[in-house]
Amino acid sequence: MRAISVAPAAPVDAAVRAIIEIDDIDFHYGPARALHDITLNIKERQVTAFIGPSGCGKSTLLRCLNRMNDLIDGARVTAGQIRIDGVNIYDPRVDAIELRKRVGMVFQKSNPFPKSIYDNITYGLRIQGEKNKGRLDEVVERSLRGAALWDEVKDRLHESALGMSGGQQQRLCIARAIAVEPEIILMDEPCSALDPIATAKVEELIHELKKQFTIVIVTHNMQQAARCSDRTAFFYLGKLIEFADTRTIFMNPANPQTEAYVSGRFG
Amino acid sequence: MKRFFDAELEAFRSHLLQMGERAIDQTRLAMKALADADLALADKVIAADDELDRLEVQIDDEAIRYMTLRGPVASELRLIVVGMKASHDLERVGDEATGIARRSRKLAIEPRLELYADLPRMANIALEMLRDALDCFVQEDEQKALSVIRRDPEVDNLNRTVYRRLTSYMIEKPDTIARALELMFISKSLERIADHATNIAEEMVFLSKGQDIRHSDIGKQDVLPAITNPPV
Repeated sequence: MRAISVAPAAPVDAAVRAIIEIDDIDFHYGPARALHDITLNIKERQVTAFIGPSGCGKSTLLRCLNRMNDLIDGARVTAGQIRIDGVNIYDPRVDAIELRKRVGMVFQKSNPFPKSIYDNITYGLRIQGEKNKGRLDEVVERSLRGAALWDEVKDRLHESALGMSGGQQQRLCIARAIAVEPEIILMDEPCSALDPIATAKVEELIHELKKQFTIVIVTHNMQQAARCSDRTAFFYLGKLIEFADTRTIFMNPANPQTEAYVSGRFG
Repeated sequence: MKRFFDAELEAFRSHLLQMGERAIDQTRLAMKALADADLALADKVIAADDELDRLEVQIDDEAIRYMTLRGPVASELRLIVVGMKASHDLERVGDEATGIARRSRKLAIEPRLELYADLPRMANIALEMLRDALDCFVQEDEQKALSVIRRDPEVDNLNRTVYRRLTSYMIEKPDTIARALELMFISKSLERIADHATNIAEEMVFLSKGQDIRHSDIGKQDVLPAITNPPV
């Protein structure tokens, strides 16, 4: 009999390196405290999902990881540290633009630039000063292949990205994020505007991308967290309620609030 | 569209078939140990039962993991549910095989009773039923599953015949009671194995048609009645 082995579940043990260390973070929007004493580690080349009802702080925490919150008036980390590769990213010596090159982001609503598919992918590299056409071509092909989009668009690279379907646009945004070779990709509800087929394609893509990148995904879709992630963090009212490997969160959560949320009884 | 977790489903299916092969093998070897009065072979069968127990636990674990993380629906959900139930049946087949091996050990050191003839026949039918039921898992052939279900009464009748013959024999020759009782239990084990094969066949009908035919006469019919989903 042919023995088929199951791909082993991603290791969740301590042996996998933590690339992001979130250490006792407090966060405020003006006077309102949005995050309370959050401590958790994001492991390298794993998918970590943040789940929880609206307003629980999961997107806020995600946006802390590449200092996107710097762009909001009155929003600030008020205690604790976030370290990437051991470096405190809120240290004044850290350049937020450099940080965002290493920590890319994909948003809820696909936001391609009103330019060609080609120009969308090369935008980041061009502003970094890359002019070599051969190099840019190579990055476009590699990024589009990486985002499972190459076969669909290779004959119309110079057409407007706005003519693509919603699912294609979202994968283009993923291609644009990986073009600058980040280490970490943050995804904020990347499938909430997509139909089930486009969602399945993005989920398939996430599974491929984690071979190369560390991924943190915020999702309202619990089945998506279950399918895609290795570890899941459940937040409620700005607090981290439970963080464990995904199977534990969905099968045998330790906290009754987690159980109530994942089984759809509140939230 | 292929999905990254399709391999998990294939592995699940493959492990169930692997378990089925082992259960069939165990029963066949237990019957050989009985026929040949082979103590070593009986010991081997008894020792190998652990592997079936391990597979049962593994299959349950894979099923629960798949249900938890992949949200299966429709035929995939049926496959997982049926796989879990079938693995319990196969584990019980392994227990019956172990029971037969234990009894064959006891009989091997006693003078032989020449009343074994019906037992190999029962074993052949029961194992054929089991084999066909497992084939349905691959082929999703409900006609084959129905043919398994229809063969069960044959094994039940043979069991009753063995029972009657052994009862008369014990009355005539009370010194054979201990040995005859062992044979009676072996006959009962074979009858149980056929029951497990029947259960698996019923589960296979559920797998391929979504139709639950347990505890009904539907399984005895030549063709399944057409099912229509209830109107909404």
